[in-house]
Amino acid sequence: MKFAKIALMATAFALTSWTAVAVDISGAGASFPYPVYTKWADAYKKETGNGLNYQSIGSGGGIKQIKAKTVTFGATDAPLPGKELDESGLAQFPMVMGAIVPVVNIEGVKPGDLTLDGATLAKIYMGEIKSWDDPAIAKLNASIKLPKQAIVPVRRSDGSGTTYNFAYYLAEISPDWKAKVGVNTALQWPVGIGAKGNEGVANNVGQTKGSIGYVEYAYAKQNKLAHTKMINKVGKAVEPNSASFQAAAANADWNSQPGYGVILANQPGDQSWPMTAATWILIYKKPVDAAITAEALKFFAWSFAKGDKMAEELDYVPMPDKVVNDIQKMWSTEIKDAGGKPLFSPTN
Amino acid sequence: MAAGERDVSEVVLKGTTVTASEAASRSAVLKRLRLTDTIFHGLTRTAALTVLALLSGVIIALVIGAAPALGTFGFSFFFDETWNPVTEKFGALAPIYGTLVTSAIAMLIAVPVGLMVAFFLTELCPMVLRRPIGIAIELLAGIPSIIYGIWGLFVFAPFLQQHVQPFFIDTFENVPLLSTLFAGPPYGIGMFTAGLILAIMVLPFVTSISRDVFDAVPPVLKEAAYGVGCTTWEVFRYVVLPFTRVGVIGGFMLGLGRALGETMAVTFVIGNAHHVSASLFAPGTTISASIANEFTEAVGDLYTSSLIALGLILFFITFCVLAMARYMLMRLEKRVG
Repeated sequence: MKFAKIALMATAFALTSWTAVAVDISGAGASFPYPVYTKWADAYKKETGNGLNYQSIGSGGGIKQIKAKTVTFGATDAPLPGKELDESGLAQFPMVMGAIVPVVNIEGVKPGDLTLDGATLAKIYMGEIKSWDDPAIAKLNASIKLPKQAIVPVRRSDGSGTTYNFAYYLAEISPDWKAKVGVNTALQWPVGIGAKGNEGVANNVGQTKGSIGYVEYAYAKQNKLAHTKMINKVGKAVEPNSASFQAAAANADWNSQPGYGVILANQPGDQSWPMTAATWILIYKKPVDAAITAEALKFFAWSFAKGDKMAEELDYVPMPDKVVNDIQKMWSTEIKDAGGKPLFSPTN
Repeated sequence: MAAGERDVSEVVLKGTTVTASEAASRSAVLKRLRLTDTIFHGLTRTAALTVLALLSGVIIALVIGAAPALGTFGFSFFFDETWNPVTEKFGALAPIYGTLVTSAIAMLIAVPVGLMVAFFLTELCPMVLRRPIGIAIELLAGIPSIIYGIWGLFVFAPFLQQHVQPFFIDTFENVPLLSTLFAGPPYGIGMFTAGLILAIMVLPFVTSISRDVFDAVPPVLKEAAYGVGCTTWEVFRYVVLPFTRVGVIGGFMLGLGRALGETMAVTFVIGNAHHVSASLFAPGTTISASIANEFTEAVGDLYTSSLIALGLILFFITFCVLAMARYMLMRLEKRVG
């Protein structure tokens, strides 16, 4: 009898724990927003008991996983074009923004000492500017003396949304870049050494004298690397910080692209940081498992409502309220279960 | 069965007084023994066949995966340096070149050094030092490759960039050929650094196998050589090496196998650039480093397929190296025998 009781209890326990797992929302994709997603998930779990399992496998992987329907949502730094969204029945919306900053390792150059513009940056990464004492760099930096030292450009060796946004910016500025290199998550780089992940680029720049790299802002800050100032679209030199990132985001016209696929590179405005970037969520408009998608939308709504401070602590930029309202309206009209009932209503 | 040995059944059944029940139980025992044997036989055969099945499975999977890329680019895939994910045009020349060059650097350094260490340990080293040095070298083989990678990136590459590479570049500036091999700028990271790291990783394989086979040389041979007035070098060159050549070559091949396929440590220090450069200081890439770097984020079927095709090429190169080793050993043995 006793055995039967234990067996029964064990079964009941197994069942409850199984259902508890089933509530977990699963997502996969970009590594760029991984820190903030996990922070939100942690706080959300404490508040509601519902968990989120986010695999930081990269944007390309995120797109593959959501198309294979192995996850509730995918995350990508490079937005899908409207046609691809329509074909696959996916909804796309931006979740949070961040910024990419150039970092350098030159003897005696401290964070913010050096100023670069897009054209110079493109020439460095195309191998046309080879030395730090090049006149093009000297012209932008009259106040500091730069050494006659070879420039070592460091870039990502893996496919990456960071690369996509960086290349997008350079292509906006430099017709040469657009024609010869192009824009993608992985590129045929004319020069330089490749390193894996944001942390790989940060480490390589930290270790290699005369190097320059591009990383997500948080990595520059955590690794105490010397970031540069950038000349923005209106010709002003700006420091990378929350204010300049937000300025860039404020000017964006989010409805100009299908699926809010607006790249924030080279935005107008005196204060705008030219390499600001958003990261997107991909979710099915008619999901197979409507219940779990509804849970995921609840999590995103919670993050939009309560996650701003957590995002700012990690140097991300929250989405403006106006855009969030717009996104939630899109959810309630476009994301439906099999019976055509909306999975989200802005009031709940 | 060799003559003179007796079959088990003879031993059991030729007992002098065998009762019926005893005979029955004996035959039951025998049957059981035979059954165990059959099962054991089956198990070993299955294990062996599994290896074959796995191997052919891997080859088939690689060929199927590589088919789109090889079909699109054809034969030029092997001779094209382009690796452009934007226009989806891929060629394997740079990774193949990088793999061969880094492995060659590694073997050029590791083989002579490994042989010298092994000979020192077996012949010249004071007894007290033999074990510590031997163990230290074997420990080198036990260090995970990622540790070599991190050490290479954080310690070795900056050292090379600031001290070694500028020296090489300046010294050979006006020497033809060498000036191309050691052309600047000094990045610290590149094929040369990757080759050096690989040499350190391959060294324990070459050393410990050579040491083991050197130990197997009959002392009387060496003593005889010393007896007729040979120098230590002559003993090494004309007695020890010829006697052990099969084992030594086996050690090289093991080392070469590791150098060709090594991924993590190389990825850290090679610079991961799809370029074929004459300068050893330039960044390059290897087949395994490319796959490790790009596979997870490869967007598009052609990109993924090209990476799988790279895997197939590495498989083929490794196979060729092993086949060549076998062939060389066969030739050597024929000549000696």
